[in-house]
Order: sequence, then structure tokens, then C-alpha cells
Amino acid sequence: MNGDMPSDTHRITLDVNGRQHETTVESRTTLADCLRNQLGLTGTHLGCEHGVCGACTVLVDGRTMRSCLMLAAQGEGCRITTVEGLSPNETLQPLQQAFWDCHGLQCGFCTPGILMTLTELLRDDPDADEAAIRLALSGHLCRCTGYQNIVTAALAAVDALRSTR
Amino acid sequence: MSDRTAGMAAFSGGGHADSDTSHPSRHVGRRARRIEDPALLRGAGRFVGDIDLPGMLHAAFVRSPHAHALIRRIEIAPAMEVPGVVAVLTARELQPALTALRMPLGFPTSALPENITPFVLTPEEVCYVGEAVAMVLATSRYTAEDGANAVIVDYDPLPVLADCRDALDPGSPKVRREAQDNVLCRFSVGYGDCASAFAGAPHIFAERLHQHRGGAHPIEGRGAVAAFDAHDGTLRVWSSTQMSHELQFTLAEMLGIPEPRIRVQAPDVGGGFGAKFLVYPEEIAVAAAARLHVRPVKWLEDRAEHFVSAIQERDQHWDVEIGVDDDGIIVGVRGRMIHDQGAYTPQGINCPYNAATAVTGPYVVPNYHLDVFVAQTNKVFTIPVRGAGYPEGTFVMERLLDRVAHELRLDRATVRARNLVPAAKMPYVKPLRNRAGHAITLDSGDYLACQTMVLEAIDYAGFAARKQRARTEGRHIGIGLAHGVKGTGRGPFESANVTIAPSGRITVSTGAMAMGQGLATALAQIAADTLDAPLESIDVVAGDTAAISMGVGGFASRQTVTAGSSVLIAAREVAEKARKVASRMLEVAPADLELHDGRVQVRGVPEMSVPLTKIARLLRGIPGYDLPPGVGAGLESTVHWEPDAMAYANAFHACEVEVDVDTGGVRLLRYVAILDSGRLINPLIVEGQVHGGIVHGIGNALFEYMRYDENAQPLSTTFADYLLPTSTEIPQLEILFMESPSATNPLGVKGVGEVGTICVTSAIASAVDDALADYGVRITAVPIDPVRLVEQIDAGARR
Amino acid sequence: MKPSPFVLHRPATLAQALDLLASTDNGRVIAGGQSLMPMLNMRLAAPDNLIDLNRIGELAYIRDEGGEIAIGAMTRQRDVEHSPLIAARVPLMQEAILHVGHRQTRNRGTIGGSLCHLDPSAEMPTVMMALDASLLVQSTRGSRVVVMSAFAEGVMTTVLLPDEMLTQIRVRPWPDTHGAHFVEFARRHGDFAVVSAAAMVELDGNQRIARASFALGGVAATPFRVAEAERAAIGQADAAAFDRAAQAARDCDALDDPAFPSWYRQRLAVALLAKAIKGAYAGALAKVKR
Repeated sequence: MNGDMPSDTHRITLDVNGRQHETTVESRTTLADCLRNQLGLTGTHLGCEHGVCGACTVLVDGRTMRSCLMLAAQGEGCRITTVEGLSPNETLQPLQQAFWDCHGLQCGFCTPGILMTLTELLRDDPDADEAAIRLALSGHLCRCTGYQNIVTAALAAVDALRSTR
Repeated sequence: MSDRTAGMAAFSGGGHADSDTSHPSRHVGRRARRIEDPALLRGAGRFVGDIDLPGMLHAAFVRSPHAHALIRRIEIAPAMEVPGVVAVLTARELQPALTALRMPLGFPTSALPENITPFVLTPEEVCYVGEAVAMVLATSRYTAEDGANAVIVDYDPLPVLADCRDALDPGSPKVRREAQDNVLCRFSVGYGDCASAFAGAPHIFAERLHQHRGGAHPIEGRGAVAAFDAHDGTLRVWSSTQMSHELQFTLAEMLGIPEPRIRVQAPDVGGGFGAKFLVYPEEIAVAAAARLHVRPVKWLEDRAEHFVSAIQERDQHWDVEIGVDDDGIIVGVRGRMIHDQGAYTPQGINCPYNAATAVTGPYVVPNYHLDVFVAQTNKVFTIPVRGAGYPEGTFVMERLLDRVAHELRLDRATVRARNLVPAAKMPYVKPLRNRAGHAITLDSGDYLACQTMVLEAIDYAGFAARKQRARTEGRHIGIGLAHGVKGTGRGPFESANVTIAPSGRITVSTGAMAMGQGLATALAQIAADTLDAPLESIDVVAGDTAAISMGVGGFASRQTVTAGSSVLIAAREVAEKARKVASRMLEVAPADLELHDGRVQVRGVPEMSVPLTKIARLLRGIPGYDLPPGVGAGLESTVHWEPDAMAYANAFHACEVEVDVDTGGVRLLRYVAILDSGRLINPLIVEGQVHGGIVHGIGNALFEYMRYDENAQPLSTTFADYLLPTSTEIPQLEILFMESPSATNPLGVKGVGEVGTICVTSAIASAVDDALADYGVRITAVPIDPVRLVEQIDAGARR
Repeated sequence: MKPSPFVLHRPATLAQALDLLASTDNGRVIAGGQSLMPMLNMRLAAPDNLIDLNRIGELAYIRDEGGEIAIGAMTRQRDVEHSPLIAARVPLMQEAILHVGHRQTRNRGTIGGSLCHLDPSAEMPTVMMALDASLLVQSTRGSRVVVMSAFAEGVMTTVLLPDEMLTQIRVRPWPDTHGAHFVEFARRHGDFAVVSAAAMVELDGNQRIARASFALGGVAATPFRVAEAERAAIGQADAAAFDRAAQAARDCDALDDPAFPSWYRQRLAVALLAKAIKGAYAGALAKVKR
């Protein structure tokens, strides 16, 4: 491609974890790359860039989506939450605490995406059982844990959140 | 060793981390929460992709679309016109920064021919789809890929060798023009006299088996960042690697920079599984480019690259036979195996050697012989993936024993029980040698007890009734079982330094590598126990060549054994030093002193104590004053503990499956596994390793297949084609433990990391055979393919 | 894996989107992006212009319009999944949508996107074939209605012209007494179906099938109605008859690829169609008994 293609950039404002971020992106910049490389939010990871592994999962207007399959410019006007937004003052929330207690992570690379999915699940289905948890997790690939302790952690989080209600 | 009262314990796994802190000095054996986790859970991990340096350039490689071709011409000018592209480097441009264009052989051995390793960038000939021919440097990965797409390469296609079995045909096309023979090497392992044994064997059964193990696929791909400081000539490299010191050493050799001027660090690593246990051409290219351009260079592998240019384990074809007597007692096993090595050999032939020597496993096999052909193909090179040939060797034996049971109408568990090395015979010396030349010695374990425990847990005795009930419902269910052993704790050593700083902070530095397996926590637990310090007071630095000068790396389930032992000994030496110094200060014998929570105190009189901070400061030396005699400078110790022998972990798995005879779909209903890895430093972490290993094995049994066409073109190039197990496909894994301590190391531990994978394909194949017994189906290939299964079912139905 | 450069347009209205589609060179619309973005990332598609439909609220709705269910093309799959209207009136769609990808892809993926992408293994096209859905196609030149069977032309090929866009799907629901069942075989939950079967039946006063709609997906280049099986099922009421009816799928055109050869797809088609018919019949029967 040479110089006669218009250099196509967009000046956008992204609402991420409750803060407004102004930045300039190319049309083709993915939301994942913008979050990671321009906003410094490297907790969202890239494992496949074709929408299967789920490592890049974020919440967009409260719904889980694969940020490698969204363009950064499409994120304008949406409320975006990343893993960094789950524990704003560095204290672990019950879900994260459950992961710690139950050894729900090993290398931690797929973990942020899974935390976002479980955040959505526990919000929508506070009494989720193992089957519902495994179903929600089916859109994530983990090579380390075999999923078992992730499920255990999620069930522990269900209990922990139930007792605070 | 096998005496149940001598420290062997059996228990079930599962459950949360310990919150019991009533014995803070007792860390080893506790289900301690990992010190790695809080940062990772907050998204505050630092993986190689997160590293950002000023002026950094991003690299993308131009990779061959042909499995075999000559490079006629590379035109880089169109790429140079792409906005954002800074440079395009081929072998010619990179050469000035390299002492050689060819990688050195990892694990050098004279047994292999010359000129078999990959090139940093291949100059003339491409030999597998994905081989790198040029590197584009640009201001972003986006523009680097634009540039890579604009490079024009003219290829002259050459004939392709796609199937490793064809390599044995002397008329087959050469995988590389320089290759003398498509068979890289031939070797045999064995002992006894198979010829006589088989001549007299009452029963002989033969099997032809095909095993395929695909790729490693950590969710984080490979990646490296290199930065060269022109002022002092130092090179810094961050790599998602399983071998920092090996990378440092190789960079020194390839770039002609002295080792002390190279620092390699592994940041947080998102899984390895063998894919990162190699020094890759890309890492050298990135470092050389950083040197040439004096700007940091970053390369992150994307998944498409992992599919074509990261190592795989791929295919083995086995032709084997077993001789047994009327009771199913093994007389001998023999055969031959062809292993797909790929187009180059970067790191020796561990995998086929392991597979060949793993066949006899936990069994008494009086006579054994295997001829191995390591065959080259025009595909990416193969080295061990988690399991490292042991799953394959195990599968061979387990399939043969199932065959024996079937033919002699004996129970499958009984046939195995009759042939297992009995606990009373431990340590059991096998006539085979491992790579280091030591006899394979099964050090400890009670294999029969493991079998009994699992079969009871899964109610093996009651299965016939369950199967009958299922048949009345039109369902086909089966139960399968398998034993396995895994050599762990491979040498030559692993390094550890334990230092107590004047601040009181305890640092454990090691050449061992973290890749998600909880290494830091495990080593901290060992140090914390020995120094009687809180876990939180210990920092573990792994995989940083500036923190410790020597290291070997993370592979072969070795680090708990080797690094753990080094940490134990080093921590003991530090404690010893501290007691000696305190002894002088308190005028009390060292034997009456103990360490506790940052102090050295008189046992029973805790008020009489010296803080470790004071001792550390003293041992830093005060100018003009002597050090205390007989201890040496520094409250620290560096140890490189060397194992004399490997520690053999063992496992027994049993599972129930259901097969849909219309679709060939296999569903796992139940999975029970026992692991004996000796003493467990952290049972919580060990369980996690077993879960992960079993699920990887399930991938190999049912899902993972790197499909190529007849021109060695990869057809499985995305996660939509190459299937990793997902959460809905896995039942609850029921894990039991036995702890047979190992006398091979001071901790009494055995390795864990790969052991979960060893028995899985065998157990699942056994179960599928059982489910389809009415059809006479025998599984002889893994992964089990539903289409092939339906063919077998149809053939059986017709009979 | 980063996309080639393109210009992104973000129209706020359907009219603007249609204008862009008509006026830009080498332009494509992007809906949920769950199928298109992977192709862009892998550079299997390289449009110069991408027209983002996600700001066009007027294209996302599920409504009862005079007895027909109208679904805007940009309706997210998860909204279909959770729609009481769909669950009540078009249960086949609700059952099938649970097999479509994963929670995360359904949150953003759209009904229209799936139909226009027309992957042979996708579930929604099969369902729309069984429902005999009508598709509203619009451009700056006007609009036309295309039935699903005419809309699907070949492998991932629809009859859409370069300046046209799918804007609405209309379904005429069957009476509330009908039974519907969707089955598929996939390697893992959420994967594209190797083969999927959709069945809808209405019963007569004697509990025999009076009306049938059977569709198969994943077998041929596009999903298709199994007319011969539908005819054979009329007047039937027992499993053996349903098995015989399903046999009609035995010789259908079937795709052949290294992973799943045509004979296997045909075999699955027969087995899954039989299951779907039986399930639909059981569903209808249960309603009669109430």
C-alpha cells in the first residue's frame, strides 16, 4: 500500500473503567490494541486474534465481548470495563479473592478475560451452578488449569456473594 | 522405600487453600495460596507483550508459503515504501550482526550429522511452510505486517516430503538439498534376547499404532524484546522463554557479544508446554536487528505463526508386538517406530528417545527391542511437548496389554497387575539407559496399590452392571484404565541462590523458569520452612541471567526436584552461616540456636537473639574490619545441586466414556486419576498441574490434530480447525494422591508438571474399545477421529 | 494478525449506510464482526471501506407486526436468545440460538450478520430455511423481499448485490400447537455444527403429522429443506415412520472436506433428522395432551 490511501485516523474518546480517555486511532486499530498500547491497560491479553480463545474479553455496556473483534472507534459511546476496572484500588474483589483461594489461575494469561465473563455471569445469574459456569466458560481457552479450579473458584464466588446479599 | 509406614501416604485431593497459620514455620506440604496471584488477578502481570520501550520497532516475519522451494529472488523495495516500515532484513542484511547464519545445536551430541539446525533467516532454500525468509521492522505491528505482505519473494517449488514414513524410501525427495538421508538417524534401544523370547512365546500379538500430538499452544504465544546499548555494548533481552540462560549463551555465541554483557529475563510467561523450551531463530534475529539498528525491537508471535513456526510433537508410527504366556505374563516386547522430526533438528532427538525408553513403563519386561527411525519431513521441527514422548511410549504398552487381555479373555486390570513391578522390588533397575547414560531406576512407588485405589474409587467392579443398564437405554458406555511412569528431575543441575539482605528481605534467585506452574510459591515455601520466615518476606527471582549466573531451564518436570533441592541446601547453608555468626555474638553453641521470623534466637530463650539484618550487614563487611572467621562474606549461598538419578513419578488413570455410534462422538462421563510424585511441596499447586496435564491429554486423545495436505501445507491454522478442550467437554476430575518419597533428592519429591498427560490417551482408548466391544472396535490411532470411529463401527456392525 | 488498512465509516442512519454502500469502492458492511473481524485480522478480506452498522439503532428490534415476527438485521443474537416473543412464537429459533457460538459472541453477533455470512455450518441459516423466512433487502435503488431458499446461493454466497444490505427478517410463526426441535453434532459445545437438523411439525386431530418443515445445515453448500422427508412424514405418528422419512437425506448433496467427508455428513444428516423429527413430534404431542 502506498501513500495515496488516505491516512485514516479517528480522534475518539473512550470511557474505560469510568474514566474518559482521548486518543487517536487508525480505522483498523482494534479495541484490544488500543486498550493495551495506547491506554496502557495491558491486563487485557491477545491469544488468538480470531475470536476463539477469549483472553481479550472485556465488558462493553455491561456485556462481554471479544475486544480483538471490535474496532477501537466502535468503542466510542460505550462504557468499557477491563480487568483493571474490577479492582480499582488494588484490593481484590470476592471473585478475584475466590480465584486466589481456589488456585483458579496458573500462568494468568487467560484469567482477565475469564474474570470478565464470570463478572457478567454472576451479575445475571447469581445462583449459577456448575453447568451454567462451564457453559459461560466454554468461550474461553485455558491450557494450564483444565478449567476445574476455575469452576471451583466461580462456585466459591457464588457462595461469597450470596452471603453478602 | 515401599514400606507403607516409611512415609507413604494416600489421600484425596480437592478443596481450597489453607488458611491455617498456626504453624507459620511449616510451609512445605501446605496448600498455600500462591504469591504470584494478586498481581495477575488485577491484570497487573507483565508479559513480554506488555513491555514498551522508547523508540521501539516492531517486527513481522515474511514466511514461506511453500513446504519446499528455492528462493530465487527477494524484492524488498515495495515493502520499504509502505508507511511505517523502517527496514527489511534478509539473511544478507542480518549476516553482519551474526557470527553464523545457522543456529547451534541445542544439546549438542556427536551422534547426529552436521548441518541440521535451522537458519536465523534462511538464505536460499525454504523447507517448511512458515520458515522465515525476511524480517520487517516498522513503527507498529500493523505496519510491519503491511510491509511483510509487500515483500515479493520468487520461489521455485521443489518436491515435498510430507509423510514421515516416506522418508525411509531411499528414492524419496530430499527434505533439504543438503540432507544426506531423509532418515536423520536410526537407533535401537533394548536388552535381553527378543529373538529367543519370541520364538518360544506361547502367544504373540501385533499392533500398528499411529500417535499424533499436535502443538503446544500456550495461550500466550512466543515473543521477545531486545534492546542494545551502544555505549556499553550491553544487550538486554526479554523473552517468553523456558530457558533464559540457554538463550543468553546462544545469543553470546551467535552475536559475538560476551555473556556478561547480555542480560536475558523472562517476564511473566503465559504458559510454555515445551513450545518455549527452545532458542528460536526469531529470538536471534530480533536481537541482531536491535544491535544493527540500535533501537529496541519487539516481536510477538501471533497464533497463525504459532501454527506454522512454533515446535510441535506431531506423528509417531509404531509397529510392535508383544509375547506373553498363557497367564498374560510378558515375555518380550519388540518393534519399530518412525518419528516425524520435521525439516530441521534444532535440539537433538529427546522425544523419540524418551518414547522408546518409556514403553516398558511400570512393568517387568524381560526382553525388549525397539528400532527407531527419526524421519525428516518438510514440516516445522519437532521437540517435546508436555509429556515429551512418555505418553506415546505408554500408549504402546497399554494398547498391547489391552490386546492381551482381550485375546486371553483376562480382565484388563488383572493383566496389568500380573506384570507390574511389585512395590517390594523398589528401587527397580531396568536394563535401559536414559539420555545421561544412567540405568533407568524406578526409585519408589506402589503401582498395584495405586491401581486398587482408583478402581475402587471409580467402582470398576460395578461397571458391568452400569454398562448393561446403559445398553437397555440404547447407550454405549465403556470403562478404560492405564498405568504410566515419568522420569522427572532431570539433571545436570538447577541453580539457586538464597540471600538475606541487610534490609532483612530474603531473595531466592534461580535459573529455574516460571511459566504458570507456581514455581515462585513452591521455592518460597521451601526457603520459608528452612529459614522459618513468613512466606511474604521472600522474593523469588526466576529466569534472570543477571540474578544468577548459571541455569538450565524449565522442562522434563524437573524444577521442584532440582531447583527445590538447591534452594533447600542453599537455605540451610544460609541458616548455618547465620547460626555461626550469632553463636559468636551470643556466645552460645550453634546447635542451641534456631532461626525464627527474622532472628537467630537461643532455643527456649527467645529473648536472647540477633536479628538477621544485623548479621547480613556484618557479613557485607565493614571496611578495615575482619569478617567473623569461618563463614565467608555475605549472608547468602549459591548451590547447583546435581541429581545422580531421575525420580520416577507414577500415575494410574481410569475413565468412563459414552460413544454415540451415529456420530462417532466420544463424551467423557467420569475421570479418576492417582498421582504419586513423592512428597508434595504444595498439594494445591500439584492438583492444578494434574488437572491441566489430564486436560492436555484429553486434547491429544480426542481433539488435537495438526492436519496437513499431501504437499505438507498446514490445513489446521486457526483455533477453529485445531481444537483445544473446552470447559464443557471435561467432567469433574477426581484426583487421588499417593506419596512415595524419593531417595534421589534431599526433599524426597518427584516432578509433577507433565505427569498428568502420560496415561490419558491410553485410558480413553481403552474405554472406547470397551464401549464398542460389541462392534469389535480397537483404537489404534489417537486423536480418536469421529469419522474413523464411525467407519470402524460400521465395519464391526457388518461382521 | 492485524487488518489491512481501510477507511471506517460510522453512519447513524440506514439511509446514510445505504448511500455509503452505493458510493464507496470495495466497501463492506460490518455488523457484529464475529465472522468478519477474524477474516480482516487474517487478511482474508481486505475491503478499502468498512461501513459500521453498529450505530444504527433503527435496525435492531424484535416485533410482532400483524401476526408476523419482524427481526431487524442488527438484532443481537443474545436478544433473540432472551426474547419472550421469540420463545413463545418461534421456539425453534430460541432452541437453536443456544448452539450458536458462545455467550460472548452472541452478545455482539447479529442475526443478519449470520445470514449474510452464510457459513454452511451456521445454525441460523438452517433455522430460517425451516421457517421459510422472508428477507428484506434494501439499497438506494429500492427494496426487495427474498425468501430464504432464494437468498442462499452457494457456499458463503448470497444473492446480495454489492450495493445491497439485509435490513429485516420476517417469520410467519406456526400455530402455538406446533412442535419444534433443533439438533446438531459439533465437536465441542459452541462450535459450528458439522451437521444440524431443524424440524417443525403440526398434528391433525388424530395426532398424525399434518404439516412438516425439515431443514438440514452443514451438509451441503447451503442449508436446504428436505422436501422428500417432509412428504414422507405427512400422516405418520411413530418412530419407525420418522426413521424412514429421514432416510430421504441419505443421498442428498453433501460437502466433502478432509475433516468430514460427504458420506459422513449424509450419515449424520439421516441420524440427526430422525432425532429432530422425533423431538418435534414429541413436543407437539405434549401440547395436545395438555
